[in-house]
Amino acid sequence: MMTREKFEEAVLPPVVALLVAMLVGDALILLFGQSPGAVYRMLLEGTWGNAYGLGQVLYKATTLTFTGLAVAIGLRAGLFNIGAESQLAAGGFMAAVVGLAIPAGVPALLLLPVYFLAAALAGGAVGALPGWLKARFGAHEVITTIMLNFVVLALLNYLISSRFKVPDTLHTRELASGRLPRLDAFLPAFHGSAANVVLLLALAAAVLVGWFLFRTRAGFELRATGLQPAAAEYGGVKVGRVWWHAMAISGALAGIGGLNYVLGYKGYYEEGFATGAGFLGIAVALVGRSHPVGIVLAALLFATLSQGGLAVNALVPKQMVDVLQAVVIIAVATSVPEVRRLLRGFRRSNDA
Amino acid sequence: MMALAFLTQTLRIAIPYLFAAAGGVMTERVGIIGLTLEGYMLGGAFGAAVGSLATGNPWIGLAAGALGGLVFALLYGLGAIRFRADQVVVGIAVNLLAIGLTRVLLRFLYDSSSNSPRVPGFNVTSSGSGFGALAQNPLVWMGFLALPLVAWILYRTPLGLRIRAVGEHPAAAISLGVPVTRVRWTAVALSGILAGLGGAYLALDQHQFTDQMTALRGFIALAATIFGRWDPKRVALACLLFAAAETLQIHLQGVGAFPSQFVEMIPYVLTIVALAGVVGRAVPPAALGRAPE
Repeated sequence: MMTREKFEEAVLPPVVALLVAMLVGDALILLFGQSPGAVYRMLLEGTWGNAYGLGQVLYKATTLTFTGLAVAIGLRAGLFNIGAESQLAAGGFMAAVVGLAIPAGVPALLLLPVYFLAAALAGGAVGALPGWLKARFGAHEVITTIMLNFVVLALLNYLISSRFKVPDTLHTRELASGRLPRLDAFLPAFHGSAANVVLLLALAAAVLVGWFLFRTRAGFELRATGLQPAAAEYGGVKVGRVWWHAMAISGALAGIGGLNYVLGYKGYYEEGFATGAGFLGIAVALVGRSHPVGIVLAALLFATLSQGGLAVNALVPKQMVDVLQAVVIIAVATSVPEVRRLLRGFRRSNDA
Repeated sequence: MMALAFLTQTLRIAIPYLFAAAGGVMTERVGIIGLTLEGYMLGGAFGAAVGSLATGNPWIGLAAGALGGLVFALLYGLGAIRFRADQVVVGIAVNLLAIGLTRVLLRFLYDSSSNSPRVPGFNVTSSGSGFGALAQNPLVWMGFLALPLVAWILYRTPLGLRIRAVGEHPAAAISLGVPVTRVRWTAVALSGILAGLGGAYLALDQHQFTDQMTALRGFIALAATIFGRWDPKRVALACLLFAAAETLQIHLQGVGAFPSQFVEMIPYVLTIVALAGVVGRAVPPAALGRAPE
């Protein structure tokens, strides 16, 4: 059961951050000679106000839930996985490459485990490497995951351009089977939007991650390692193994996120589809306080912002959203320690 | 002649790396991660373009470039030093902010989503190999001096001693009466100015600002900082090595012998290998990334 103090510590920073971001947003909107009220209304109407906009938000939130969960697993183990972008790309790439070998007519439900495994293994491998480098050599995972991002993306770009691409494009052939239905197959109002049933996979992943972290022995060891590695080691946890396992799970989660684009949306792998989703995953994990429920909500928030940027482009440049996202991250990151200090001080003075 | 052309191109590519890596050594030696070099460079490139366009004077552009880098460094400092927030998170956000803010301002000032108008740079008369033109650009000479300057500060001045003390053992530094917070701010500000100048070189040399024109050079500079083991001399060599590899790739492109993507990987792979310690382990400053007490 969450105590009131814990709840305040968890909820206040994101609220403060949103207020700060809105103020910065106001300033930028005024800079372009528009009225903040009108722009924010347009942003909401263009996202949650109609089924197409909502569908786009749900599609973007699906990918962000996966990368957010990926980063959160790392954070809970005390590791910073900055590599979610390349893990996501590797997952999508491997799913597409496997899919290219599968003939037409095989039922999607039968193939899903195959695609799932391909994406998870590829993403997991890209994640496990920096985990192992840290466990074995003490190489700092922040730097190795950043550097590995560039290496893996360059490698994928090379493979695409030299082997797999359809001439004059940056993408592979379309997959013959295994594509997953979009939401408009069940709810016609979503027509044209990219939202698809991978959304359900994302929700299932959030539930599973919550169960794993808080209800299993391995999850307990992972969190113990994150809180105090030396104490965990003393308590019998093999910290090095937890590190690379956590990074492998983290990478696998990001990798599975690639299915959202490859199976649910386009039906092929395209260079650059993962751009930005890794960094936003960090924002999502942070704002969602590395808790599955928080992550799903934060993914919706950031998806709303990025889709909302397109909706208000007529009034203010859509690039404004990039600024707001950055401001949210800075505000949350700075207000977490600050709010904690303030609350502690406040309580102490109340107790006295 | 071929060799001179190769050398010229290598140096031209190396200049922004040398500036930014000088900033990288500065910030990492005080214990603050140099993730934000990319953002500083972008801010510097944009500042230089605005300053030079507004006044027609590249020297003012240069100063504005330094200021552009400094602004993002101060923001990073605000999060990482004043509010003791996680450096990695704030650092990533500062980079995102640099991309977003330069885009928004590009639209606001020049009504374009891709590039600025033509930016006045330093006047140079070109010669055959381009070496003469390179030598006439004052920023080139400043670039060569950036890392020696950092080395001089770190090893020959009281400030440098304090920077190294704070980066290795902040608690000990505090007990000796070193104003840790002020030393951190100073080093971060210097780092922003240095990397900002690297960005300014790009904008003034290419005569325009383009969206995300730094194209990961800040991360290559960070790679050089780590691969050079935080030692200015080795870091300078690392910058030259990475630049030479790029030049080689450009020359081989016509031959079609070697895919460009593999050359792109070189700095990053070498950095990972260096951190893993396969050939002489790279050991970072002890307090790197940790919040002050």
